[in-house]
Amino acid sequence: MKQLRCPVNGVRPVQEFVFGGEYRPMPDPAGANDDEWADYVFHRSGEPGIQREWWYHSSSGVWFIAERDTAKDEFIRTYLFEEME
Amino acid sequence: MPYRLLRFALGGKYGEYPEPRMFHTPDGLKKKYDVVIIGAGGHGLACAYYLARDHGITNVAVLEKNYIGSGGTGRNTAIVRSNYLTPEGVRFYDESIKLFQDLSAEFDLNLFYSERGHFTLVHTDGALRTMRWRAEVNKHLGVESELVDRAFIKSECPEIDLQCGGNMPVLGALYHPPGAIARHDAVAWGYGRGADQRGVEIHQETTVTGIQVENDRVTGVHTDKGFIETETVLSAVAGYTPHVTAMVDLRTPLVVHPLQACVSEPLKPWLDPIIVSASFHLYVSQSSRGELVMGASLDPYELHSVRSTLDFAEGLAGHLLELFPFLSDVKVLRQWAGLSDMTPDFSPIMGKTRIRGFYIDAGWGTWGFKATPVSGKTMAYTIANDEDHDLIRPFRLSRFEEYELVGEKGAASVGH
Repeated sequence: MKQLRCPVNGVRPVQEFVFGGEYRPMPDPAGANDDEWADYVFHRSGEPGIQREWWYHSSSGVWFIAERDTAKDEFIRTYLFEEME
Repeated sequence: MPYRLLRFALGGKYGEYPEPRMFHTPDGLKKKYDVVIIGAGGHGLACAYYLARDHGITNVAVLEKNYIGSGGTGRNTAIVRSNYLTPEGVRFYDESIKLFQDLSAEFDLNLFYSERGHFTLVHTDGALRTMRWRAEVNKHLGVESELVDRAFIKSECPEIDLQCGGNMPVLGALYHPPGAIARHDAVAWGYGRGADQRGVEIHQETTVTGIQVENDRVTGVHTDKGFIETETVLSAVAGYTPHVTAMVDLRTPLVVHPLQACVSEPLKPWLDPIIVSASFHLYVSQSSRGELVMGASLDPYELHSVRSTLDFAEGLAGHLLELFPFLSDVKVLRQWAGLSDMTPDFSPIMGKTRIRGFYIDAGWGTWGFKATPVSGKTMAYTIANDEDHDLIRPFRLSRFEEYELVGEKGAASVGH
């Protein structure tokens, strides 16, 4: 069974988690022009490789960040958003 | 065929090919081509075919890193339909069905194109509303499509358990009589042979490693077999698109998820129509070989891998048995996955881009096979005239920055 480490609840089966998409820093909504905003809203990096993503532990309601290799289906590490470098 | 085989065996020609091969293997890459198409799947080969047949452009190379039809073309569940939700989508896919219907004769190749009728089962009031909406849009645009009741479903598919074991009973269905299945590999072979006969070169096992762009204009393509001069490149690689768009620094909204499918052992023919249930994340049809061809929804997270999972097989089997409990002893014969390049509005991305000479045919998610003929035809027009074909203008890449999406999610057969 595939497992994922929730930073709060420890290692749990991946079925308990929901994928929340690639982590993307939001531009300042007041300052961004239409192109920058469209780029933020729609565009994704998409290429295979190591990516920072949002994941949600549905049993406990924890959102956190996972670094994952999207070519190999391997989680590298997980941590809370506050701990992101 | 048996007669031809016998003639071959007795003809004293043993050791020679009884039939010519479908494609030539070109000696090597030329220095220069008018058009380079990346990807020898159905879409790339169809575009090459129509470029040669309709527009007289034959100095074309189709580059394929693997073999013909090795990507989504050979991995889909071969369903063809046009009962979409948006007028843009319905017009586009309906043109594709019309092209499909004549294709076997045009190729002189049996595509096993088989009109079965397509049922999208409805289990909730909300879905019933969407299906009524779809049926009206479809009929308005001349597509056969209607909402049918339980009795009609039962008469067309007596084996179905409409109560679903008591869990989410079927309330009705969207019925689309022209819904069909076809032999997907043969579609790529037919287009490939037709293009080959007209002078197009198909280079298999040739990987594109870079695209040369100068002043926002394509000037060439780097491959593992050398450099090619060209001013026109079409990327027709579906699930591998982000890799190609990165070569030209083009950002797209594509995210890639695996889509898994499987077939059962062959059974006597019993299932005529194509049965889809969005609520159960399931679609099933019976192939001409008797195998049940089954698929589900996308894998739940992004991944660039065609691995199979037990989760998928278990989930699919559970839902299949709610509709057809008598299949409990049937074995799964093969399981596989393909890559789906998903867009946020569930419509494809087609046509010109901001880089002159770089054309895109992508965003084929879970709806690429049925669009093979029309995408080839409209992309060939777009390349030959350097102007987006009317049918694909709504699908241009710039629709996202223009905030003009074509929301097709309600018609994606399976909830994503």
